[in-house]
Amino acid sequence: MEAIPGRARLYVGCVALAALVCLAPVPAVAGTPLPDPSRWAAGLLRADSSSWAVILLAALYAAGRWAARTRFPGSLPAASPVAPVVHPVLLAGAFLLPPPAAALVPLPGILLARVEQRPAGVRRLWRAAQCVPAVWAAARVHGTLGGRDTVAACAVPGALLPAAAAVLVYCAVLALLDGGIRVLAERVPARRAWRGRFSRSLAPLAVHGLAGLMMAVLWHSPYGPVAALLVLFPMGVAWWVFAQYHRERAAHHATIRALVQAVDIKDGYTRGHSERVGQASMMIARELGMDERRIEVLRFAGILHDVGKLGVPTRLLRKDGPLTPEERCVIELHPEYGHEITRGITFLGEARSAILHHHERLDGSGYPYGLVGRQIPEPARVVAVADAFDAMTSTRSYSRARPVAVALEELGRCAGTQFDPRMVGALVRALDRHGWHPVVTADEGAPALPSPASAGDRRGVTR
Amino acid sequence: MTSAAVTGAGARGRTAGRRPGHHRRPLVLIHTAAGLTVAVALAATVRSGVLERPLALAFGVFVAVGELSRWSGAGVREAAPLGAAGALAFALLGENAGHPTQHGAAQVVAVVAGASLLGCVPHVARGRGPVLDHLARRVLTVAFAAVCFQPLHDGGVLERFGGPAYALLLFALLVLGVLCDVVLAAALAHARTGWPYGPLLRDELRAVPGIGSAVCATGAVIALAVAVVGLWALPLFSLPLLLTQLALRRYAAVRATSRQTIASLARATEIAGYTPPGHARRVAALGVAVGRDLGLSGPELTVLEYAALMHDIGQLSLVDPVPAGATAPLSVREQRRIALLGGAVVRQTGAGEQVAAVVERQADPCAEQPVAARIVRVVNAYDEKVHGAGPGGPLTALEELRLAAAGEYAPEVVEALARVLARASLTLPVGG
Repeated sequence: MEAIPGRARLYVGCVALAALVCLAPVPAVAGTPLPDPSRWAAGLLRADSSSWAVILLAALYAAGRWAARTRFPGSLPAASPVAPVVHPVLLAGAFLLPPPAAALVPLPGILLARVEQRPAGVRRLWRAAQCVPAVWAAARVHGTLGGRDTVAACAVPGALLPAAAAVLVYCAVLALLDGGIRVLAERVPARRAWRGRFSRSLAPLAVHGLAGLMMAVLWHSPYGPVAALLVLFPMGVAWWVFAQYHRERAAHHATIRALVQAVDIKDGYTRGHSERVGQASMMIARELGMDERRIEVLRFAGILHDVGKLGVPTRLLRKDGPLTPEERCVIELHPEYGHEITRGITFLGEARSAILHHHERLDGSGYPYGLVGRQIPEPARVVAVADAFDAMTSTRSYSRARPVAVALEELGRCAGTQFDPRMVGALVRALDRHGWHPVVTADEGAPALPSPASAGDRRGVTR
Repeated sequence: MTSAAVTGAGARGRTAGRRPGHHRRPLVLIHTAAGLTVAVALAATVRSGVLERPLALAFGVFVAVGELSRWSGAGVREAAPLGAAGALAFALLGENAGHPTQHGAAQVVAVVAGASLLGCVPHVARGRGPVLDHLARRVLTVAFAAVCFQPLHDGGVLERFGGPAYALLLFALLVLGVLCDVVLAAALAHARTGWPYGPLLRDELRAVPGIGSAVCATGAVIALAVAVVGLWALPLFSLPLLLTQLALRRYAAVRATSRQTIASLARATEIAGYTPPGHARRVAALGVAVGRDLGLSGPELTVLEYAALMHDIGQLSLVDPVPAGATAPLSVREQRRIALLGGAVVRQTGAGEQVAAVVERQADPCAEQPVAARIVRVVNAYDEKVHGAGPGGPLTALEELRLAAAGEYAPEVVEALARVLARASLTLPVGG
């Protein structure tokens, strides 16, 4: 994702041009050569008596952005170009100011902000260019519906409708532009790029919109901008708590990783076996159309499936040569140990059965209980296939890694006797579609996003 | 920052704290004060009649709903931020859509008390936690804010302030109100548990910049917004705080999950047969109780608890288990080696650098150890000595700890352990 394709650059250029048009005090300026920048800015500010409001809001925006970057590093979700804590500032600007002035609010903050990823120039330009038309459109719609008068008159039920329309437009423009860059720069299929983008961000933006409206109303009230500032407090605290939430979540994942790394080292397997099983389980679950929560839980169940090996003496796990029947019995206790160790982890829920039953076979010849067919819980059938698949495709002390195609063939041969054909079929389809790209340490250091689905989208232009 | 593992110790501390009479006195005092306040407010309201009924009704419903959405989670101070903000906003309400209000302090207290009581009913019905303390805090805080504000407002003193200054004044008053709440909360917790007051107050104060400031700001914003646009402001503009509440809930949930995972990691040594069952959990619970007695506060206690849970994790790296998992009788060199191995494992988990440092240094001479490591060392040795020692075990174990070589066990920690055990009348679970 280092190089940005030419067509994406062209797209950024077009959007930036549109943003410039938005910023021009008179919309008809399009097509004529740009005026001298300093006079243009002065004219823009003089065009309305609200120049102080622009300066104050722009300073607020820059400060909020800076705080979000420095105080909570890594917590800025990649999906949003605007730090969530500063949405209300932009929307308040859209509710208070004429469109060109409102569109000016985010500019200083974005242009002054540091950009970590290269090429910095294009990214910075893109961020600014993306924000400006969205704010401009929102302010335009709000003004057309007569929103600015209702806000100035503090007539609240009346101010709601224009504000709602403005938020809708703001959200739609952001989603449209964001989806576009994904299609062009990352070659994400168009359907996937836009699907759900609008609806996902609408609910949070509605809350931000209310906060923005409250800021705008209080701004015009006798209590003035000071009261409007108070509105940002709870938003800031919510943002801070969410940042802590993400940090704690990352810490939790690290703990689980430490748990399974201990197993992998003890076992002498190739590193990352547990996490790859988690990934394959997740792919199967997604292919079967399970809901996001269950997929996430199954991933953890897959990661933790061998955790019971912590209870088996290291000597046995690493023994070269054939095991005696007694030794085999001891090793076969590991699903029950694992089930016992994870007893306290409530979020695993029914997926804990996967840890107990991942060595059961469909024909009843597995262990520990010798369950048959559908008696084996569904999560266990998923993890069993994922486990066998990774065992075959990675190098072990006793065997070399086999190619994916050979492993799938082998799985297909055992489907029905050892594995559930439905799970095998799902794995084949999932690998067909996405390929097999095992990641040793999933979401390391990155902010944990709500769903692992977006893991692939993480390194976007927008960061 | 109480937790699943610590609540065990907390419950014991509570029963222990009830016995000495002087701890109960602030409790009775606060409850009586709250009861009297409500009685006076009710009497005054009945005499004057309810003024501005729509206002009273709207705020009453708001506070009740806020109370309904209250929940109790680990590591969360203000469990009903919405209710608190609404109640404080009502106390500081001077205008309604541009018209001055006439509801006095008495009516504020009466309405808030009634609404909070109503909102608590489902919680009581489901048997969730003590409600009385919470109610007393709410009533006294709101009474404080209302008594500060309403007479000033009715006397016309506030008229002289300009708009922005008025907004700042409201905010300042709310901060005072929240501070008053903090003092009350710490006093109540002290009375209930018998834990030292200072650290409790510090813990409560630490929460003020976070959720406390959000409550203050929302209270001020609601009061101002109602003054400007009328009652519409109530449902619309409480949403940002609702967002905060949602975030807090998710944070509490992931914290609980994280703790469970760390406890599971700690149990791995038990399943592997390296340590006796329940050892890590017992050391954590007893260690936190001792830490509290020594005056540690929230974050330090969390570090201590995690370190205590994982203090034996280094044994996983041993090829053969230590007999009965008891590390205390081992040679100092061997103990240190296990501690260093444990620190390396902990460093890979998300528990943090501080926890790893405590685990790493648990076998060092006590003069060089951080407090948490001293506690872990003493409590670990105590639990190992008591394990399987029969009825006289605890006393013998304490005696042995006191008489041990200088520099092995920190004397002040041993004494704190003795106090904690005496308070719990030596009924700590021994067999797990």
